[in-house]
Amino acid sequence: MLYISVPLGKLVRRVSRLRGGGSALPGLVVEKIDPGFMQRTLSTLPHGVAVVSGTNGKTTTTKMVVELLESQGLKVFTNRTGSNFTRGVAAALLGEVDWRGRLRADVAVLELDEAHATHFVNRVPPRYSLLLNVLRDQLDRFGEIDKTAQLLQHIADKTTGTVVLNREDPRVARIAETLTGQDVQYFGLDDSLLSTFPNDDDMRAAPGSPAPAALPHKPAADVVLRKVGPDTADFEYDGATVTTAMKLRGVYNIFNAAAALTLARSICGGGAATADHATLLTALSQVEPAFGRGESLTVDGQPLDLVLVKNPSGFRLGLKSFPAGGYATMIAINDNYADGRDMSWLWDVEFDSLRDGGVDQLTGSRAYDMALRLQYDDVRIGGVQPEIGPALAAFIRDAKGKPKRIFCTYTAMLAIRRELSKITTVEVVS
Amino acid sequence: MTAESTGIGPNGVEQNSKGTIRVLQLYPRDMNIYGDWGNALVLKQRISWHGYTPELLEYNVGDEFPADVDLIVGGGGQDSGQLVIKDDLQSQAGVLTKLAEDGAPMLVICGLYQLFGRFFKTRLGSVIPGIGVLDVETHGTDERLIGNVRVATEEFGEVLGYENHSGQTTLGAGVRPLGTTAKGTGNNSSDGHEGARYKNVVASYLHGSLLPKNPAIADFLIRTAAERKYGTFTAGAPDDRYAVLAREHAARRPR
Repeated sequence: MLYISVPLGKLVRRVSRLRGGGSALPGLVVEKIDPGFMQRTLSTLPHGVAVVSGTNGKTTTTKMVVELLESQGLKVFTNRTGSNFTRGVAAALLGEVDWRGRLRADVAVLELDEAHATHFVNRVPPRYSLLLNVLRDQLDRFGEIDKTAQLLQHIADKTTGTVVLNREDPRVARIAETLTGQDVQYFGLDDSLLSTFPNDDDMRAAPGSPAPAALPHKPAADVVLRKVGPDTADFEYDGATVTTAMKLRGVYNIFNAAAALTLARSICGGGAATADHATLLTALSQVEPAFGRGESLTVDGQPLDLVLVKNPSGFRLGLKSFPAGGYATMIAINDNYADGRDMSWLWDVEFDSLRDGGVDQLTGSRAYDMALRLQYDDVRIGGVQPEIGPALAAFIRDAKGKPKRIFCTYTAMLAIRRELSKITTVEVVS
Repeated sequence: MTAESTGIGPNGVEQNSKGTIRVLQLYPRDMNIYGDWGNALVLKQRISWHGYTPELLEYNVGDEFPADVDLIVGGGGQDSGQLVIKDDLQSQAGVLTKLAEDGAPMLVICGLYQLFGRFFKTRLGSVIPGIGVLDVETHGTDERLIGNVRVATEEFGEVLGYENHSGQTTLGAGVRPLGTTAKGTGNNSSDGHEGARYKNVVASYLHGSLLPKNPAIADFLIRTAAERKYGTFTAGAPDDRYAVLAREHAARRPR
């Protein structure tokens, strides 16, 4: 079995690609006939496996870690297809191994969905894990926030080397208390930036009241994000603060850059010891946003930003990071399985910041839920059209000559990209 | 906004207000998940759309219970939130029971629905006592009931929402159900009922948030509060176009 599984899996992969099929089927096939394939292949990597998980920012952070490590001359295997389930990892591996099943890479950096990560780490204990945050996201899948925290805890427990934790998210930071054998590194935020990261627990706290301290005594962080400028960021590590240019936008993306730096420093062998920091920072400054994560397209000669919103914290951060002034705004809310079916989360976001300019178009299967939400925050509404195609066309027509921004849930974003390629010339600029 | 457009006079009192309605949020710090704020916001806005002046108050663990409360709203929480508030809730059992018996309007969702009952027995057998305002009991299970819900009710027409709970609640003789589920599960997986009604207390498992898409329930709570305080209620004319359309679309969505 062992000797035919890889050629067979690769064959299925070719056939399913020819038929335009999904990315997971070949992974499923090889998993069935050769359950040890993934573990066997990944265990040969000299720097082992790093797992990135958490509710928000996995895709962008994984992309950053990969580019940082590549800047240090490492060959990195990653699950770029965005299939962040075990099966997707197996499928991605099939694309990279040779016909004898050998993977030519130094390290694997894998983005894993919280729930699937637990299955994965049972099979392939990672050498490194990076745990980003626990936010209210798709709670209808996992049940409760505390349950999501337990899933991340399990990833940390199975990690054999270094666990990198978000010092500012109490549920993530507290994971350190129960770890025994692992090395723990934190990434952190300057106190002055904490207020821009309201967590779910103080979502309804009085304005201006301080966020609760993460831990009784804040541990030292390996990398701290000190300041965010219009297109720069200040990071502190090894006792000094450096300013670097950033192509990424949105404070939360840049905080994840601190996470990526911390993990990259761990993998490269203990921070200053071996990592080449000039190259690391150059690589960081050149990271482009991942698909749909603060991505900017050009439509009719004007920028059109797509901002993915998946949960209340992400939506609030999106509104804060991308101010509405001067922009035409559209919001697209779908409630398909991948978006989460429960619309309650819209009521945990404040939309006051859109009051001055209003919202020009609402669309998606829950466009009217969104309209109702805005009505209760006294935000003016232009048009409401659940069908994404016509709504997008009206938005682009009516906001001619203005920069545009669309806040959208995951499946709405996919539909919008499809529509954009139909109704206008879409030039992807970043 | 200018003073003229809102009718607020120089001393900050609304000139044309029909009166003040004080809304108390119960434990917003610990029992606030799945858009519970939406219910408080809807009450606040609709009170003012009906021509009254809303006053939004909070009660959290350890606070002094405010006097002259006209309407109470309480939300859901995680298991950990229920453990944080359970002792404090017992210390307020007297005042809450008296208010409920006197006919004060209240809305309790999910976690506080359970704790307004007689007890919550967890899956592992430990018992969290409730305050017994409602003659219901809840048993924790391994099964999580999740999805869109439609409920047929006599009082409020069709009620729409979203459930997400593993506690299963059974009603005693002292309460009646809010309604019968047409889609989804509701109180428990056997009897087809959702929520509970007792005097002017409305209890439900439904998030969504509940009140935005079910303005009939919001207006019942506001009307009852106004009538208890001022003897009469004269309605304003809230614009419910979006609520009607959001209901139509929500009713067609899959479970």
